[in-house]
Amino acid sequence: MKQPNRLEHGGRIDRDRAIEMQFDGQTLSAFEGDTLASAMLANGLKIVARGFKYHRPRGVFSAGVEEPNALVHLRSGARHEPNARATVVEAYDGLQSTGQNAWPGVRFDISAVNQLLAPFIGAGFYYKTFMGPVKGTAFWMFCEKFIRRAAGMGRAQTVADPDEYEKVNAFCDVLVIGGGPAGLAAAIAAGQCGARVILLEQDACLGGSMLSLPVGGESDACLKAMEATLKGMDNVRILKRTTVFGAYDQDVYGAVERVWDHVEVPPAHQPRQRYWQIRTKQAVMATGAIERPLVFANNDRPGVMLANAVRSYVNRYAVLPGKKIVLATNNDSAYAVAADLVRAGAEVSLLDARVSVPAELFKPLEALGVQLYPGYGILAAKGSRGVSGAKIVLLDENGCARGPSKTIRCDLIAVSGGWTPVVHLWSQRGQKLQFDEQSASFLPLKSASSTLKTAGSANACGDLNQALLQGEVAGQEAAKAVTGVVGVQVNVPRLKEAIYADDWARDLLMIWSVTREDGSTDGKAFVDVQHDVALSDIDLAHREGFVSVEHLKRYTTTGMATDQGKLSNINALARMAQLQALSIPKVGTTTFRPPYTPIAIGAIAGREQGIHFRPTRLTPVHDWHVDNAAVMIEAGAWKRPWYYPEGGETINQAYVREAAHVRKHVGVVDASTLGKIAVQGPDAAEFLNRVYVNAWKKLKIGRLRYGVMLRDDGIVLDDGATARLGENDYFMTTTTANAAKILGYLEHLLQTAWTDLKVHVTSVSDQYAAFAVAGPSARDLLDAVCSGADLSNEALPNNQFVKATIAGVPVRINRMSYSGELAYEVYVASGYAHAVWKNLFKAGASFDIKPYGTESMGALRIEKGHVAGPEIDGRTTLGDLGLAGFASRVKPFSGSVLRHREKLDMASRPTLVGLEIDGDTGGMAGSLIYDQRAQQMGEEQGFLTSTTYSPALKKYISLALLRDGHERFGESVDIVNHVGDTVQTAKVVSPHFFDPEGARQNA
Amino acid sequence: MIRINCPVCGLRDETEFTYGGDASVTRPPIDDTQLSSWMDFVFMRDNPRGEHREFWHHVQGCRQWLVLERNTANHAIGSCTLAAGRGT
Ligand SMILES: [Zn+2]
Repeated sequence: MKQPNRLEHGGRIDRDRAIEMQFDGQTLSAFEGDTLASAMLANGLKIVARGFKYHRPRGVFSAGVEEPNALVHLRSGARHEPNARATVVEAYDGLQSTGQNAWPGVRFDISAVNQLLAPFIGAGFYYKTFMGPVKGTAFWMFCEKFIRRAAGMGRAQTVADPDEYEKVNAFCDVLVIGGGPAGLAAAIAAGQCGARVILLEQDACLGGSMLSLPVGGESDACLKAMEATLKGMDNVRILKRTTVFGAYDQDVYGAVERVWDHVEVPPAHQPRQRYWQIRTKQAVMATGAIERPLVFANNDRPGVMLANAVRSYVNRYAVLPGKKIVLATNNDSAYAVAADLVRAGAEVSLLDARVSVPAELFKPLEALGVQLYPGYGILAAKGSRGVSGAKIVLLDENGCARGPSKTIRCDLIAVSGGWTPVVHLWSQRGQKLQFDEQSASFLPLKSASSTLKTAGSANACGDLNQALLQGEVAGQEAAKAVTGVVGVQVNVPRLKEAIYADDWARDLLMIWSVTREDGSTDGKAFVDVQHDVALSDIDLAHREGFVSVEHLKRYTTTGMATDQGKLSNINALARMAQLQALSIPKVGTTTFRPPYTPIAIGAIAGREQGIHFRPTRLTPVHDWHVDNAAVMIEAGAWKRPWYYPEGGETINQAYVREAAHVRKHVGVVDASTLGKIAVQGPDAAEFLNRVYVNAWKKLKIGRLRYGVMLRDDGIVLDDGATARLGENDYFMTTTTANAAKILGYLEHLLQTAWTDLKVHVTSVSDQYAAFAVAGPSARDLLDAVCSGADLSNEALPNNQFVKATIAGVPVRINRMSYSGELAYEVYVASGYAHAVWKNLFKAGASFDIKPYGTESMGALRIEKGHVAGPEIDGRTTLGDLGLAGFASRVKPFSGSVLRHREKLDMASRPTLVGLEIDGDTGGMAGSLIYDQRAQQMGEEQGFLTSTTYSPALKKYISLALLRDGHERFGESVDIVNHVGDTVQTAKVVSPHFFDPEGARQNA
Repeated sequence: MIRINCPVCGLRDETEFTYGGDASVTRPPIDDTQLSSWMDFVFMRDNPRGEHREFWHHVQGCRQWLVLERNTANHAIGSCTLAAGRGT
């Protein structure tokens, strides 16, 4: 296949390995070593994308991560990826890509009609049109659908990504960010000083800017020597295709390695990308610099490119994107570009905004036949679907046209507005930037103590040998700071002779925008091509009073999304400065935030997805539940049996049957998820006395007691039973949900406030299983399986425990009831739990034993009016929940003072009541309660907390919090569910629906 | 992410710890019945820009409560000591 713009010779491509790729149905011939963008240019593809707002045709603009235009959809099906920058997409055979942000395609885009509407889509268009009185109206709803589709970037995939991603933690002494000349020198120097080094390079090859220099030249020899040196150093780890996207506190860096992004399908068991979390002691930022565009009318036309990007395409990829080229610059760095372009066969005109240029710069170009235009700039690009010429003018000191313009015919315009050092990571660390007049750029304000050193172009160092030296020094200093060893001799390769004209930091003239005499432009002149932000938008924002650079950024969207100020920053700032008659540093710069370049969410998630998103906790009896067809439910991290359906039962049928069975026969529920805390030490009783509202000092060994804890602000925190196992040994239980929180809270009290108390708390939640055995036959069942204990009502009344064995396994049996039935809790070491559970069921067959799940457990406790999570919701007091009687009047406890704040003591607070709901449907928790005499709107009088069908009462019931609740027993109220739009009626009753005297549990 | 030098476990990632509030306030004695002392302790906080002392709990390590000096302006970490070591 013919590649019209491919040079016969040269480049760093492998001409023996020809490949084919697809873009928008067109076949692109390429070689290994190409990028998608270099292949597009080699094949003469001009229009590769459409603009964001106006859908103007756009071509490849750069040769790196800063690419604003050539964003494409990559691959297809589940591996589809939006917004891939063609300039950094490595070419591989069979690569499929399509244009985005255009319909039906980039070459003919229907939305390009927006160009005609351009005067109406200026800065703040969305704010002004939709955030005013119409916001939230049907008009906005109607428009939004279309705007969202027509705007925006690429289309995201909606099916699951089939590839794997993984995370790696890494540690080193010196992290070197960037594998260009300065970074390579830094890695060598730090390594030679004995530091453990990690070197990260975003490109597939090491070399950075050296890869854009002529093949086989002096810089290549130096690069080869450095690579050879690194190969011999086993304390330097090199990761290519790896971008540091974020710099975080305490020298932690986030990086993404594109392990297998350069193939269609990663090899089996290999991740597509790898997320590196790197903890280092020192880092060297050798992140290079990004060339700045120039601003003039129609500077977004396909065929307008960055000057040194064109140089990259010529030298690295052997692609000459134009034959007749107009180069425009305001600094030295375009001169070497011009020379390389002429040698590659192009006809070049060079415009320099500066009037006087040193002879050593322009003399060699004159000899090569370059047409020089000192003092000139480009006023406008000619041509609509591609560059056909450049309108050039003499400039005054403000960049305004001086005198008439003339047109040079050309097919490519290459621009250089100087360079922007990549200081994103520096800025992310919260370190200061300082404006450097000489390079007209914001540079790191260095301090000796900083653990982040800078070197090379990131420091505005444009000279190659100087960059190598800076890298060497930074690497040495970073290593010295870690090892403490000074004066280690290092040996970093250098250039044999200096390469002149790379020194872009010198003599830059701060003119970036070219306008007519009156400051206007011949057409749209973009400061941010990615977001279609034109000079006129900056001017408009200024007229509307936007002064702060941060406001300007948000109002105009300059430098947002993937650009992050890479290309647009200085041009926008310079225009603002000009309008405000201030210097650029006075205007300031915006803050850079991670990520430096876009990263896939998949890489950050790694394998923490689906069931692996967090740990799953299983009780020791889990397998039995599964084997017995339990439907499981997630309770925090736990999996618990929800219900055990029999013969195709629905959940409602199953829980009603299970609850009824417990009241008639005997049931067992796995309560192993309860929080269990060993509270031990001579001051344990004093400690319990302080954290629980009730008294603990008189609790005898062998007894247990229900306790309630308050937060310090007087709100109920948690409840549970605590048993006294020995003189200084207590066994506390907490609710499942609060287990970890309560342990941390108790540790906090003991370690920060009550350090004089001799108490130790230890979580034993995982060490013990717990089963509640409940129902009229509970005692008979346990009598049948237990040995060594008298379980009679006389020997073991409520709130006492005994030690016994079941099948030879030691167990502790607490007599206590949550269900309201005669009930026991069996505590057993986790390792034996499954065996004990099976024994219970074996012996229980003759007692008609059944397991029951959390749903019926809830029904039973609601029937008894016991509070749980829905009632202990972080807003309720002891009084609200009917638990005030538990609180000691004599001893102080946590929360005892603040619980008597005025608002918490008010009689009108909603209090716990029961509701008997009329009709055949249950209530919905959260439904609001209204007085039947009042309107069903405005402030409610209460709400439903826990609802169920009660098999014992044969009606739907609910616990609720209701204002003046205790005085309203017998009253009818309305229950309003504003979500489901239903109204029910109910009778207010005591929350103790069933067996309020407790006869059954005391039986 | 910040990294915390636990006096028991050494330098560990923030993800192993949970933040536990302002360490510069002192809990009133349990038998203090003054509403104002408890109101101050529970609700009143300075919001300093700069040096701050905070409780951090090494929940996934030694389970010790730590007092960490942290600069709220730049996240610089200072000393880290056991809370239990500071007396009552
Ligand atoms: Zn620790």
